[in-house]
Amino acid sequence: MTMNRQGRPTSPSDAQMAVSGKAALLPAEPLLFEIGDRDHSGVDLPDIDVPDDRLGGLRRKSPLDLPGLTEPEAMRHYVRLSRRNYSIDAGMYPLGSCTMKHNPRLNEKMARLPGFADVHPLQPVSTVQGALEAMEQLGHWLMELTNTAAVSLSPKAGAHGELCGMMAIKAAHEARGEGHRKIVLVPESAHGTNPATAAFLGYSVRSIDANEHGTVDVEAVKAALSDDVAAIMLTNPNTCGLFEPQIIEIAEAVHEAGAYFYCDGANFNAIMGVVRPGDLGIDAMHINLHKTFSTPHGGGGPGAGPVVLSEALAPFAPVPFLRRDGQTIELVEHAEGGSFGRLTAFHGQMGMYVRALTYMLSHGVDGLAQAARDAVLNANYLKARLEDLFSAPYNGQPVMHEVLFDDTFLKGTGVTTLDFAKAMIDEGLHPMTMYFPLVVSGAMLIEPTESESLQTLDAFVATMRELAEDATNGNVERFTAAPVNAPLRRLDETRAARQPRLKWTAPEAGRAAAQ
Amino acid sequence: MRYLPHSAADRAHMLDAIGTASVDDLFAAVPKSVLGTFVPDLPDYQPEFAVEAHMRALARRNHAAGDGPFFIGAGAYRHHVPATVDHLIQRSEWLTAYTPYQPEISQGTLQMLFEFQTQVANLTGMDVANASMYDGSTATAEAVLMARRITRRNKVFVSGGLHPQYRDTVVTYLSGEEGLECLSPSPEGQGDIMDRIDTDTAAIVIQTPDFYGHIRDVSALAEAAHAKGALLIVVVTEIISLGLLEAPGALGADIVVAEGQSLGNPLTFGGPYVGLLACREKFVRQMPGRLCGETVDTEGERGFVLTLSTREQHIRREKATSNICTNSGLCALAFSIHLSLLGEKGLSRLARLNHARAIALADALAGTGKVEVLNRSFFNELTVRLPVPAAPVVEALAARGILAGVPVSRLEPGRGDVENLLVLAATELTTDADIAALVEGLNGELA
Amino acid sequence: MTTRYTPDHEYIRTEGRIGTVGISNYAQEQLGDIVFVELPSVGTAFKKGDEVAVVESVKAASEIYAPVSGTVTEINEALNDDPGLVNSDPAGSGWLFKLELSDDGELDGLLNEAAYAESIA
Repeated sequence: MTMNRQGRPTSPSDAQMAVSGKAALLPAEPLLFEIGDRDHSGVDLPDIDVPDDRLGGLRRKSPLDLPGLTEPEAMRHYVRLSRRNYSIDAGMYPLGSCTMKHNPRLNEKMARLPGFADVHPLQPVSTVQGALEAMEQLGHWLMELTNTAAVSLSPKAGAHGELCGMMAIKAAHEARGEGHRKIVLVPESAHGTNPATAAFLGYSVRSIDANEHGTVDVEAVKAALSDDVAAIMLTNPNTCGLFEPQIIEIAEAVHEAGAYFYCDGANFNAIMGVVRPGDLGIDAMHINLHKTFSTPHGGGGPGAGPVVLSEALAPFAPVPFLRRDGQTIELVEHAEGGSFGRLTAFHGQMGMYVRALTYMLSHGVDGLAQAARDAVLNANYLKARLEDLFSAPYNGQPVMHEVLFDDTFLKGTGVTTLDFAKAMIDEGLHPMTMYFPLVVSGAMLIEPTESESLQTLDAFVATMRELAEDATNGNVERFTAAPVNAPLRRLDETRAARQPRLKWTAPEAGRAAAQ
Repeated sequence: MRYLPHSAADRAHMLDAIGTASVDDLFAAVPKSVLGTFVPDLPDYQPEFAVEAHMRALARRNHAAGDGPFFIGAGAYRHHVPATVDHLIQRSEWLTAYTPYQPEISQGTLQMLFEFQTQVANLTGMDVANASMYDGSTATAEAVLMARRITRRNKVFVSGGLHPQYRDTVVTYLSGEEGLECLSPSPEGQGDIMDRIDTDTAAIVIQTPDFYGHIRDVSALAEAAHAKGALLIVVVTEIISLGLLEAPGALGADIVVAEGQSLGNPLTFGGPYVGLLACREKFVRQMPGRLCGETVDTEGERGFVLTLSTREQHIRREKATSNICTNSGLCALAFSIHLSLLGEKGLSRLARLNHARAIALADALAGTGKVEVLNRSFFNELTVRLPVPAAPVVEALAARGILAGVPVSRLEPGRGDVENLLVLAATELTTDADIAALVEGLNGELA
Repeated sequence: MTTRYTPDHEYIRTEGRIGTVGISNYAQEQLGDIVFVELPSVGTAFKKGDEVAVVESVKAASEIYAPVSGTVTEINEALNDDPGLVNSDPAGSGWLFKLELSDDGELDGLLNEAAYAESIA
């Protein structure tokens, strides 16, 4: 017989196995500026002339330099780009402190109803009563879940909410004639936004050390309190994934010293429907709707950070706020009384309010409590399945919604936390939060959320155990060379920072600039 | 509970692995006095159709902009967004990705941000732009703080043509600090800053087209500011205007901030929107917010990373340039896709169309003989003086299904000089029939 | 010419009344790749311990404190284009700024080479 040497091979050769499938499904995509040009457009509009324009002689003369794409080109460009992203829809996203939970699509559908999406913020309030009622209902949920007296919906993100809460605290002190209080206490383990917010408002930040269990002692707080202290900013559950056991005593001590208690609500997911922060004595707390209440992270925003306020701080809330008068809801848009003013134009992140309210109604208060309990259960399950191989700095106690490991188990292996994270990418996982909180060496903060099934958790555990064993068995290169299966290998961040290239320039222009 | 994957058996198995009898044990650190000791006034879980019915009932009680003639602008504008935009931003990989802290598996978001930064820089005529801010008003406040850091001076003058809620936001951000002076509303487009700039001035803030629709030539202001070592911050609330109007960068702006909502993003009752912030290259290290930069991977392949992050709160903590921790990623994506679809050809056509509709509106209003158009120049928005207070007229027209614009008194209450003023906008969606309905309505109300 | 160190890893090399300030080799190793250096303006006076400059790596920003009181006479402009000099030659071409000392006596409070070496051992 004769061999047909042109025939299609049916098994891959070694050479074909050497690389992953990134060229097949994840080809590099040129920049918009390299595929589009000024003659292309994906929008059909009449080409009208306006000879007698009323532009005050300021018609544009400088170039726009904005390439266009036709619709099929645009579709392909953005679909191809999207495939180079990890996402919660595609896999577990165990970022501690970030609460990457499932984003229900009913939320999206509701936010797109014309009665919400196609409504202008400055329409007469008589024409937007349904929107105001949606805001009122969201506020009611937030106040009920936290047992607080007031809510300000307008902050645009968690850090904006911190600003809101701390401004209310500042206004309250000033109203009492105690504007001299200039110190804010912040534990070392806090999110960077806490000290940044305090400093923004002119406060000096005094750090509080955690005890050997990773929580704050009331005695340490008492020792730091004085007539100059305006507030404490405490995250609860804290960034080590622990509930602050002395939080009620801390709140009492803070109030006794004439200061206020700002609670960073980033980790509210662990306790929603189970513990009400108002019962703990907090005065202000922001709630990240994009963490706790499932609004999508969108690759880094938009977020929403409503702030609940205690009776003491309620009079200082920013505008706008709602006021119900029988069947009608009014929108109070101008500062009156003690209100500290306005944090943003318009009324905040309505699109996020609709999504969050939809989520709350879907879950119900019983479902939210169950979600919190499942989030805690999942984190403790991971801890139980991993703690013999990984090193936990604060051992011997249950965690809340996230579990913290440090890099002690990697000592002497030549593998760092960063290397370990990059090796997780090769296994199809998004890494956990790394090097935060700052209070432990090489932190690995894992938050599974309630959205992950037992099967997913077990697969995660298996991968993590296999990686930990490999690291401690000296297979260093797997980690230091990682990732090899991602669309790109490790990126040169030093080069990016030393010679920042922050926008695309045409190759000709680039050459001219270099000369 | 459709969002929770565990069965009772799963939970029992997991508790067993943990070695504890119940989930309550895991809450051992919580003081008993506050654990589950309350009954909230909230409903239990509901099927999807019940939730949908509830939300639809709320939505139905709002008059949607598309339900009738619509002339409201004042910082948020109703434009047509191509269907492709909303389809793309709902793809899982865009919608449900986190901030791109792991660049190897976030190149989609990072490359998009790099493209977005380039688009914003080119549109505004500036050297660099960041990866977006919450919105135009907070971007304006951040720009003021940035100018104070750069110049190490305190004094800031805010033009009377700045959107009143932007001004109020700046006031709040600078509360308790000295040096901020906000000038009286200038509905006639009068210049108000030039003579006040001195060598203690950090920045002047001016909007163009301003809140009342006037197009401001900022080049003389730029010169005056630069002569005294001060910075010019230019605010743009209708980004589509830059398809037809000279770029602020070409007129001497040092920092440009803008609201990007008009491209890609629906009105949504005020948010989420997307703030733009661009500046001269030498100021880049004083910028707030995220920046994306180009680099290479270990094999020399081009890639993108978040960069210059030592400015930011997660590293700098109390010394950060801002406490901002997020951008407006998905809104920036919508902006970028819409602008890619337009390209410069589409954008300049769209801008001309907007201007033409506004000219038609202005002429029709002037033709009533009952109102006075205050603008000699405008892009797609203008101010008219009514013979009577504007707010009740707007209410009456709303009752007839016409959303006629924003009475200035809503944003500047208690000022007699603006009580009769009404700000109206027209866009590509404004039809001749809409304008005719408005004119008829006004004639009726002002008879 | 003598070189002295602060416990915070700045060095100052004095020649007459002029001191050249930089960071120690140990410090640059700990910081990793330096990507940006923010320098003071010539003519600015600082007191010992004041924050004078900032050295940034990709992941951290470190304040540089004045080892002694004095007035800045010169800054190392080369660092604007090549901040990596702080890594490659911290004691030489990677210097940060020069100060005219206002009080020589303050030098006595600093560490000599051996004492500094011991402090980081």
